[in-house]
Amino acid sequence: MKGGFRICPTTSLRVHRQADALIKANAVVATVSLLIGGITGLLVLLTRWQAVHLLDAAMFYRVLTIHGMSMLIFFIIFFEMAVLYFAGPVLLNSRVPAPRLGWSMFGLMVLGAVMVEWTMWTGRADVLFTSYVPLRAHPLFYLGVILFAVGTLITVAVFFGSLVVAKREKTYEGSVPLVTYGAIAAAIIAVITLLHGAAIYIPTFFWSIGIGNVDPQVYRMVWWGLGHSSQQINVAAMVAVWYLLGALTVGSVVINEKISRTAFVLYILFISMASAHHLLVDPGMGPTWKVVNTSYFMYMAVLASMIHGFTVPAGIEVGQRVRGLTKGMFEWLRRAPWGDPGFSALVFSVIIFGFVGGITGVTFGTEQINIIAHNTLRIPGHFHATVVAGTALAFMGVTYYVIPLIFRKKVAFWPLAKIQPYVFAFGMLIFSVAMTFAGTFGIPRRHWDMSFSDALFDVQFSPAANLVVTVMALGGLIAALGGAIYILVTVWSVFLGQPMEGDATYVDARSS
Amino acid sequence: MHTGIESPRGVWWKPAHKAEKVWVVLAFAWCMVLFAMMPLWHWKGGQNPSGIRARVEPDAFRARTEEFIATYRVGEEENGIPIVEPPPGGDVYLMGQMWLWTPSLRLQKDAEYTLHLSSVDVNHGFSLYPLNINFQVVPGYDYGLRVTPTEAGDFRIVCNEFCGVGHHVMVGRVEVIDPAAATGRDEDGDKGAGELTLNAPAEREGGDR
Repeated sequence: MKGGFRICPTTSLRVHRQADALIKANAVVATVSLLIGGITGLLVLLTRWQAVHLLDAAMFYRVLTIHGMSMLIFFIIFFEMAVLYFAGPVLLNSRVPAPRLGWSMFGLMVLGAVMVEWTMWTGRADVLFTSYVPLRAHPLFYLGVILFAVGTLITVAVFFGSLVVAKREKTYEGSVPLVTYGAIAAAIIAVITLLHGAAIYIPTFFWSIGIGNVDPQVYRMVWWGLGHSSQQINVAAMVAVWYLLGALTVGSVVINEKISRTAFVLYILFISMASAHHLLVDPGMGPTWKVVNTSYFMYMAVLASMIHGFTVPAGIEVGQRVRGLTKGMFEWLRRAPWGDPGFSALVFSVIIFGFVGGITGVTFGTEQINIIAHNTLRIPGHFHATVVAGTALAFMGVTYYVIPLIFRKKVAFWPLAKIQPYVFAFGMLIFSVAMTFAGTFGIPRRHWDMSFSDALFDVQFSPAANLVVTVMALGGLIAALGGAIYILVTVWSVFLGQPMEGDATYVDARSS
Repeated sequence: MHTGIESPRGVWWKPAHKAEKVWVVLAFAWCMVLFAMMPLWHWKGGQNPSGIRARVEPDAFRARTEEFIATYRVGEEENGIPIVEPPPGGDVYLMGQMWLWTPSLRLQKDAEYTLHLSSVDVNHGFSLYPLNINFQVVPGYDYGLRVTPTEAGDFRIVCNEFCGVGHHVMVGRVEVIDPAAATGRDEDGDKGAGELTLNAPAEREGGDR
């Protein structure tokens, strides 16, 4: 397999040919998944918007399943694999160890994803993202998830291998950079998450072909060890990308390595137990189990996010001041590069993740408040603020740097790219806040018909609820426009864009 | 001074700046307040989701529900669902199945009941409308909740856990009557915003029955 390094003209990093190629491949598949997830998301929105009510019931639940899997699993995880290849080999000036293994695992992940997409699109897996047993999907659905997870786990192992190789070959001095450290935290959480996934999807696969049984409550408990922890991979990867974007856009400094790194360790230690808040109104667990897991353990992970929420903006401010923007309290902020989509995406990601996603999440994780929030629209309102306006937006922001630095292409339609984070963040903010309010009326999530026209007994929501749902739909449409701009800009830049100037030839390490 | 993509050289375990220290202490203190509130409110708040928990085979729960219906059934069916008026203080069974809640309940205001929830097929969600009180209903588990209706009215039970293609038609009914004002009862139901108190059964852990 071809090797060799090029020197990045912007960052002076030595970039391995295989790292380049694997980042590109994972990023392209992530974008395809985002497109599938985006179109299905739009269809879900246009159905829940009662004034349009586009799809029939069977198609709605199918498309909702596809939206969840394509976004939360395939888009996010393929992108995170690209982040790992960047944070490991690229940031450490090192080579990709076992590139053949990396490529075959990429192939395995694609195979698993295709199997899952096929079962979903053909109506063999109308079980939604959570696939709660005893709802039954086609065995290939579970097998596809398992293959995807195996591919992910071994890709994570390749990342750990790249750390060992870089250390042994002394491609960097001192400790690994903070961004790499954050990616290591994400990778460790990924291992914990994927072990939960194996523990539940393998028995469920056997159950689906008629071997053995899976207890519905045990399924819910172990599945959330996967389902929630995977969101914590997203949080750790997103925070790593925050530090990365800060460095790339304004040269923000790490104000204290000890504090930032300790916060990442808190994520690793406490996050699996925090998954318990999904089970607060379940029959299987007692009050002690619920209180211990969701209060003590969850709040220590919350503390970590509170710390990053301070250190990331503080790092930007100090970085700006070091570069001479010292007038008054806010010159550093006023004269920040607001026209750089990487910077605006970073700012909105921090703000919406923290103030909307974080506050709603901590609130719903309370034993008593969960009674009024469980399975209402408040829940998707919360996680669209964390995982979409937080993680996905941060990933979008970093894409505007991946295109020139890795794909070696100029970002096309620059004026559109400049406004994209504003459109997406504004739409997502309205969408998630309105969705949260809609949930306070008791409107269920994952529900085809809030008019209950075919139900045995009538249910009439107040007119205010319908108004809030309309606001939610409008916010969602604006966000969808922002998402469409992102796909247009990235796809055009990568496949039809102008190449960057400057030499990008790979030189074999031995001959240089 | 270095960025997050540069390797820190030498020892980076250094004391934090004062501003950062203050923030970490404040954030930690706030997390401890939240931490203390959780058990405190469990003891003091009187509305807990933990309930009385027991395993039950779906067939056994179906049999219990049918016996409950046969014993306390009143008069007519409504939309094919029997209406049951259990005595105050007794056990009340509500069975979730694709895509019905059985039976319809008629309860008395200010009387305490033990409401048993379970499913005989897949997961369902008990969502009492318009109060917006939600519980997960899991097959194989009997979820006992002590409830005291504090307001008369006509309530709905919306299923809020996806349970197959008919999920959105799964709606049940609970009617709360006020025996003191029984003469003025209106079947068409004024859906006044009632209130339903869940009394904490915190002392009764699973396995006591």
